[in-house]
Amino acid sequence: MFVRFFLPRSILEPSSIFRIGSPNDYAIGVDTKWQQQYRIWVTRTSDRLFVIYARCTHLGCTPDWKASENKFKCPCHGSGYDSEGINFEGPAPRPMDRAKVALDAEGQIVVDVGTLFEWPKGGTNEFDDEKGGAFIRV
Amino acid sequence: MADSPDPKETKQLTTGDDDEKGLVAKVKEGAGALKERAIEEAKGYSDPQDTQLWKSIFRVSHDRSDPRNRSLAILSNVFLHLHPAKINRDAVRYPFTWGMGGITFYLFIVLTFTGVLLMFYYHPTKADAFRDILYLEHDVPFGKLLRNMHRWAAHLMVITTWLHMFRVVLTGSYKRPREFNWCVGVVLLVLTLLLSFTGYLLPDDQLGFWAVTVGTNMARATPMLGHEGPFGPQLGLTAYNDVRFGLLGGSIVDSNALLRSYIWHCIGIPLVASIFMAVHFWRIRKDGGISGPAPVMLESEMKAVTKKKT
Repeated sequence: MFVRFFLPRSILEPSSIFRIGSPNDYAIGVDTKWQQQYRIWVTRTSDRLFVIYARCTHLGCTPDWKASENKFKCPCHGSGYDSEGINFEGPAPRPMDRAKVALDAEGQIVVDVGTLFEWPKGGTNEFDDEKGGAFIRV
Repeated sequence: MADSPDPKETKQLTTGDDDEKGLVAKVKEGAGALKERAIEEAKGYSDPQDTQLWKSIFRVSHDRSDPRNRSLAILSNVFLHLHPAKINRDAVRYPFTWGMGGITFYLFIVLTFTGVLLMFYYHPTKADAFRDILYLEHDVPFGKLLRNMHRWAAHLMVITTWLHMFRVVLTGSYKRPREFNWCVGVVLLVLTLLLSFTGYLLPDDQLGFWAVTVGTNMARATPMLGHEGPFGPQLGLTAYNDVRFGLLGGSIVDSNALLRSYIWHCIGIPLVASIFMAVHFWRIRKDGGISGPAPVMLESEMKAVTKKKT
């Protein structure tokens, strides 16, 4: 009972599902315009669009996008990730997680950061799960 | 004849070359001591109150019919004589104790006092917390002094607690009969660190926010209690029902986390720490005062002793 008291039933946290416009709004590369509001980055490659959840996989800080170096750099302990969120330096144990994306009836991208796709070291790569919503083909 | 032992070898076993006692005699002695300890321990099973472990934790009753015991009960009463009736002369030498335990307690008093005063101006809400810090620094009379006293005393208390622990290790003061008090001290160390950690978030600045983000992210990996730790997922833990959620009151470091941090910092942990401190100080008395080196006699006292002998 004592423990249960400390686990609230309802929490007033921002919704994990939101819309971020249509795929045509994004050019190839990393878009940081939603970082402040939703803690995500939108990355578009030649054939895919996906959303990286902006949380370092080491201890949960928000990395910075360094456009000149074409990488994400975490200010807390120095983990580095490439433009697709794949770790290549520092203590991060795995690439940054990606949020679930889908297109709604109006062609808008719907993001759900409550469902994350991971690629743990030595584990299965969930980033290619198109059906599940790991990316949108463009 | 081949079966009979070589007399030379037997001699080597029974009498060592460099020691008066032989190897066999040493082993015998060791076995004897071991046997005695085993017997003592076995006795404990029939009456747990006789074990060293029990005596190190709980009070032992003395025979009340002896008037000496009755006066001892008064003299060693921690409430009647907060300071001991007599102490080992060397136990109060600063080079020996560094006064670190006392300094730590003094800092705790300073922190309690300045902390209560800070509470008059601080609101533990997202909208007000950081603004109140700036307000304290720039506008409240003596606010900057107050805040810095609290801040520096907090840093110092963590350092002096470690140094106190270091001193206790160096002087072997964790040994019997003080093993229980050592355990109490370890709990106090953890509580001190928790006080430091919870206080870190309260200014609600970038430094504290990310420190607590990192710190509570570690809680995700707690075995059995965190949703990313060993056995966590198997026990059905998610980011919304594990130990981190319970600490933060949410899945992110937000207003609930700030409020919880504030309550633990100002009420919960100090209360528990005070109780442990009371036990800690009481045990020092009960375990025979501050642990010290063998008593060193003054020359005059030495003469008195030799006179008695002759």
